[in-house]
Amino acid sequence: MARKDTIDALRRRKVGAKTAALLVDAGYTMASLKKAKLKDLEKVVTQEDAIRALKRLGIKVEVPPPKKAPSKKKAPVKKKTPAKKAPKKPAAKKALKKAAKKPAKKAARKKPKVRPTIPSKVPEPSAWEKRVMRILQSKKRELPSSLIQNLAARAQKLKLKKPDLEKVVDYLWDQYGANLVDPNESVGIVSAQSIGEPGTQMTMRTFHYAGVAEMNVTLGLPRLIEIVDARRVPSTPVMEVFVSDGADDLDRMRKHATEIEMTHLEDIADTEADFLNNRVVVYPNVAKMRSRGVTWKDLDHTLSKMRREKVKRVEGDKKRKMEAYVLDLDQVSYKRLQKQLETVKTSKIKGIDGVHRAIIRRRGDEYVIYTEGSNLAAALELPYVDPTRTNSNNITEIYEVLGVEAARNAIVREATSTLAEQGLTVDIRHIMLVSDMMTNAGDVKAIGRHGISGRKSSVLARAAFEITSHHLLKAAVTGEVDYLDGVAENVIVGQPVTLGTGAVNLVYRTSAKEG
Amino acid sequence: MMPTPLHGVSKRIQALRFGLLSPDEIRRMSATKIITADTYDDDGFPIDMGLMDLHMGVIEPGLRCKTCGGRVDDCPGHFGHIDLAMPVIHVGYIKEIKTLLQSTCRACGRLLLSREEKQEYLDEMRKSDALAAGGESPRTMEITKQAARDAMKRQVCPHCKADQMKITLDKPTTFREDGHKLTPKEVRERLERMPDEDLRPLGINPDVARPEWMILTVLSVPPVTVRPSITLESGDRSEDDLTHKLVDVLRINQRLRENRDAGAPQLIVEDLWELLQYHVTTYYDNQTSGIPPARHRSGRPLKTLVQRLKGKEGRFRSNLSGKRVNFSARTVISPDPLISINEVGIPYQAARELTVPVHVQAYNQEIVKEWVIRGPKPTGENGEYIPGVNYIIRPDGRRIRVTDKNAETVADAVELGYVVERQLVDGDIVLFNRQPSLHRMSIMAHQVRVMAGKTFRLNLAVCPPYNADFDGDEMNLHVLQSEEARAEAKILMKVQEHILSPRFGGPVIGAIHDHITGAFLMTYKDARFTRDETSYLLSMVGRAGLPKPDMKADGQSYWSGKLLFSTILPEDLTVTFRASIGSRGDEEDAVVRIEKGKIREGVMDENAIGAFKGKLVDRIARDYGTERARQFIDDATRFAIATIMLRGFTTGIDDEDIPQEAKDEIAEVLERAMEEVAGLVEAYKGGELEQMPGRSLEETLEVEAMKKLGRSRDDAGEIASRHLGVENSAVIMARSGARGSMLNLSQMAGSIGQQAVRGERISRGYWKRTLPHFQPEDLGAEAKGFVRSSYKSGLNPTEYFFHSMGGREGLVDTAVRTSRSGYMQRRLINVLEDLKVMEDRTVRNTAKTIIQFRFGEDGVDPMRSIGGEAVDLDDILTGVLGPEALSGAQGAGHAVAGYGAQEKDMVVELEDDSAALSDDAED
Repeated sequence: MARKDTIDALRRRKVGAKTAALLVDAGYTMASLKKAKLKDLEKVVTQEDAIRALKRLGIKVEVPPPKKAPSKKKAPVKKKTPAKKAPKKPAAKKALKKAAKKPAKKAARKKPKVRPTIPSKVPEPSAWEKRVMRILQSKKRELPSSLIQNLAARAQKLKLKKPDLEKVVDYLWDQYGANLVDPNESVGIVSAQSIGEPGTQMTMRTFHYAGVAEMNVTLGLPRLIEIVDARRVPSTPVMEVFVSDGADDLDRMRKHATEIEMTHLEDIADTEADFLNNRVVVYPNVAKMRSRGVTWKDLDHTLSKMRREKVKRVEGDKKRKMEAYVLDLDQVSYKRLQKQLETVKTSKIKGIDGVHRAIIRRRGDEYVIYTEGSNLAAALELPYVDPTRTNSNNITEIYEVLGVEAARNAIVREATSTLAEQGLTVDIRHIMLVSDMMTNAGDVKAIGRHGISGRKSSVLARAAFEITSHHLLKAAVTGEVDYLDGVAENVIVGQPVTLGTGAVNLVYRTSAKEG
Repeated sequence: MMPTPLHGVSKRIQALRFGLLSPDEIRRMSATKIITADTYDDDGFPIDMGLMDLHMGVIEPGLRCKTCGGRVDDCPGHFGHIDLAMPVIHVGYIKEIKTLLQSTCRACGRLLLSREEKQEYLDEMRKSDALAAGGESPRTMEITKQAARDAMKRQVCPHCKADQMKITLDKPTTFREDGHKLTPKEVRERLERMPDEDLRPLGINPDVARPEWMILTVLSVPPVTVRPSITLESGDRSEDDLTHKLVDVLRINQRLRENRDAGAPQLIVEDLWELLQYHVTTYYDNQTSGIPPARHRSGRPLKTLVQRLKGKEGRFRSNLSGKRVNFSARTVISPDPLISINEVGIPYQAARELTVPVHVQAYNQEIVKEWVIRGPKPTGENGEYIPGVNYIIRPDGRRIRVTDKNAETVADAVELGYVVERQLVDGDIVLFNRQPSLHRMSIMAHQVRVMAGKTFRLNLAVCPPYNADFDGDEMNLHVLQSEEARAEAKILMKVQEHILSPRFGGPVIGAIHDHITGAFLMTYKDARFTRDETSYLLSMVGRAGLPKPDMKADGQSYWSGKLLFSTILPEDLTVTFRASIGSRGDEEDAVVRIEKGKIREGVMDENAIGAFKGKLVDRIARDYGTERARQFIDDATRFAIATIMLRGFTTGIDDEDIPQEAKDEIAEVLERAMEEVAGLVEAYKGGELEQMPGRSLEETLEVEAMKKLGRSRDDAGEIASRHLGVENSAVIMARSGARGSMLNLSQMAGSIGQQAVRGERISRGYWKRTLPHFQPEDLGAEAKGFVRSSYKSGLNPTEYFFHSMGGREGLVDTAVRTSRSGYMQRRLINVLEDLKVMEDRTVRNTAKTIIQFRFGEDGVDPMRSIGGEAVDLDDILTGVLGPEALSGAQGAGHAVAGYGAQEKDMVVELEDDSAALSDDAED
């Protein structure tokens, strides 16, 4: 538990427990705290606490003159309340679901100067959309924005006149109303069935990635299980890296790809253990270096601990003087020499950690870099990468880099494409529900014992799922009360469930006149 | 089950509170103290204060409970108790006891936290509980864990300044303090010292659970009804596992007490104490790690308390979550194309056993009496079925069996308030189910049709939702017993209400197999019917009168199939869509155009009336209601069956006959491909193969070879299908979507193609070769699993072997898949089962936490959605602007596009092959 460790570390430095917890919850680590500015910390804890904490960490703080009224005003109020989970969002954003959202921690770390602003995720409505919205407003009605957008697009194409448009909106409103889910509908069960049922029709094997024959990607049932399990690392992590400009220039893309693909020393050079002289010698291969885009400068930089000199190399019966890097060992030890050789061999020259391979493919009128292995955080930091389209199939990574809402969308996208690839149609709403359930608590939780199931409020429901005795025994000690709100509990005690027709009562009124 | 006088009065359990039993409480609720390990005396009568004491309830008929006086069925059983000579630890709470010991002071018994720290944790817990609103929040659990961890770290008690020692646990049940053993007695004394207020930060609620109660001084003995003994045929009694275990406990307990009282050496007492601990431990959980499980004399491990509850066969999942019912039946199913999709055929025998309770009221008193008089097995003059009565139930709940002899006397007794259990009649509502019940369409309501035979009969169009076929499948049937249930089933569960699937908003009920072939034959091109045939066809759908003939040939009038099929369409239906045969070329009848209920062009095939794909079914169910859709499916399938019976339809091996020149051509194509692969192999061995970027040389070879061979198979299929005429039965089935695919045909006529295991050419077997028939390191086509023969020509031995390998993989795959996907679905259901749409249309769980503000962002029911869209914009726009407005703009795109399987890419197609193979092995 990284969180706990950091808190402990802070408390060892005599930072107050509460302050420490607040700071860590806001995404600070020891490293980032040392770099952090007072201004950033103030967003999370009171000014005094922040100053005290930084002092304890041995960071010089310029205490601002205590003239600012708001910070003072805030201080007493904030003292006892827990951390504000998220910066307040504009009230207009109804569509946003996640109340608990991790503060943009990466942003805070990378660019401490810029105050993170929440970008508006809803594009400005077009003229036609506004027109539709005005009609709706005049009738005091609301429709989902996707509907408004679709209608506006069609209306624009047909150049609808206002009375016609009004009529269309009326019909649309009626049909939309008729197509809504009924209250008390057990949408959860229907969604679970809709995703589970096609599972029996899916294949078990991995296939080649669409369009990229060189890569294997887990698909079918194993992938779907992986998604609902919320595994930290998928069995085949993959990225799609888009480049913002020059994406149609193959040469430039090749260059980018070499920068993304992780290159180890052994990929571009021959390494030898020279037992005679007790040293490790590296002979870079110029051709391989060129194909991987490695320059001598790069090598000088990464192999700074080694000497660069011309060495006589024996190849068969030929002898040749070659440019090489040499590392002398101060101790004569066969074992250490071997060990050193291994570390030298596997030392990273360039590229992004975790990206084993990068492949360039044409998609539409541009080239895209597909990578085996995923490291979104590092990829997004590259200047030429288009951060708005670059993507990964590692959901946990997306959560860590971009936040829960991105993770939620990633789950929807991954599950939908997995099902679609198998030729199975499942309504996206079902997948959304699963995804929203997984991310509801503000982080990605697995479907199952270790995730959401273990956190249900009902003892009986938990006992009926898995690890029966543990839940019952624990419930007795804590004196838990099961209010029998859910389905499983009511089935167990033999009562009607609280969904669907079980949620309503039917009363027969014999006669209105008599009553 | 039985309508009692209280029928209709319902009570609801509001909540269940969990807690620990205190020794006091155990004694208070005990009906008797148990002191002897014996069960029965020589006469077979339970011994007083023995384990089968009559105070704890009765399991034998004739005896009365000494506590409540009830007989076997009335007495619920009562608990007893055993006073333990020395206290023992409850295994289930080992962890809790350990944390408690470690986090409390050994001297004063207080929690090792200062008052302020304690308060801090309590405040935090209160906050998190308030946030969780109902139910214990997981956060609270974390806080208690943290509190315990903090307390454990303390070396010195903040209250009395006593030094703390290290407490360790020797699994499973021995505690040590700095290596010195702590007896349960000592542990209990320590726990007793803990003040109530110190328990809450550790997550223990002192109102229901004092920590010392985790150390048992009294053992509660479950009633005999929980552990009944069974009498074998030989007359021997066989006791329940729990009774065996309790006997062990009692014996050791007795010896321990005697030894202790006699002042036996400490060592002996301790040994016995440990033995008692072992028996109590295994009495609770016989799978505790670290100790050998207690065994029955036969060597079988005993099933004790935890084992009774746990797992799939445990009490929770097997008995509490799974209910058994009466008024149900199960038998083999078989098809009946002439009953409606809403109906189910029930054999006489089953109908006689299954009953519907009828309450006797003033309005039905007379007729009910008549039913009763008929007795339990009335038949009509020609032996036809007439429903009888099996039982009548008096208002006091007594059941009286109706027999032929007593029928009249019983009938006289029937009065208001009686309930009469009447046998099934046509039109009764029953539930029909096929396992596995993967989705809600696996249980649907049908109307009864009592008929001859011994199987349940169902319409073929409902096979897809049940995933049923007739190769020996059985299905279950349940007769509803209350008016509310029947109403609910009729409104919500009828088959016709499930034509559209909530999974993707398309039809799951529709024509299959011969239905599609039949409809195809009926409507393809200028299929026509004579007057006689037309009359026959129309009679099948119950239409009287002939329409005007629309075709003339040889001076005779004919009716076109399209005209006849149009008679079952709604009159104002107008649609355009692409037929299944038209997925490729733009030939005649490939686009279906229906205007005002008349088929202008196009053929009725899978895309029109098929399950999953039927556009017409979809459209009619949506626009004209489920009743009309039911009618349409019934009529369309009847038409199809009638047509196929008029025309005749068969397929056989000669359907795959192709002329010699085609065979030669195919042989040539395959030969060339294999030579090319040989060339590749040569290039590879000579090191001349050009490596694919990012692939090893071997992988490059494999990919290239697969590509070549795959293409050659397709080419062979292409040549074969060119020589298979359009009139060919197999081709008709494949193209109309009735059964089989062109791939299957080309495998029969052309070449089976590359066999794959794990998505690769077959490579394992012997050293450097797959079979001894080949040279080592042969990487050629035949040696790696390419089957050039066709199913029709037959496979040679090596080909047969490779084909079996591929087939076996398919079987294994299916077996693995079902269990894996089953578990995934169980987890999904468990997580999502409590979610529902509230009155304000938000989706919430039981804790009232909002999961979604609107279901699926727009609040639309996927079943009502139009291919996933919230509304049918085209429809609305056409409605407002008229049909012409759209046709100009890209309009009709929507109708033709649609959902369904997409084209798969080439690599996947190879998988298709094995999928097709596993088809053979269904059920």
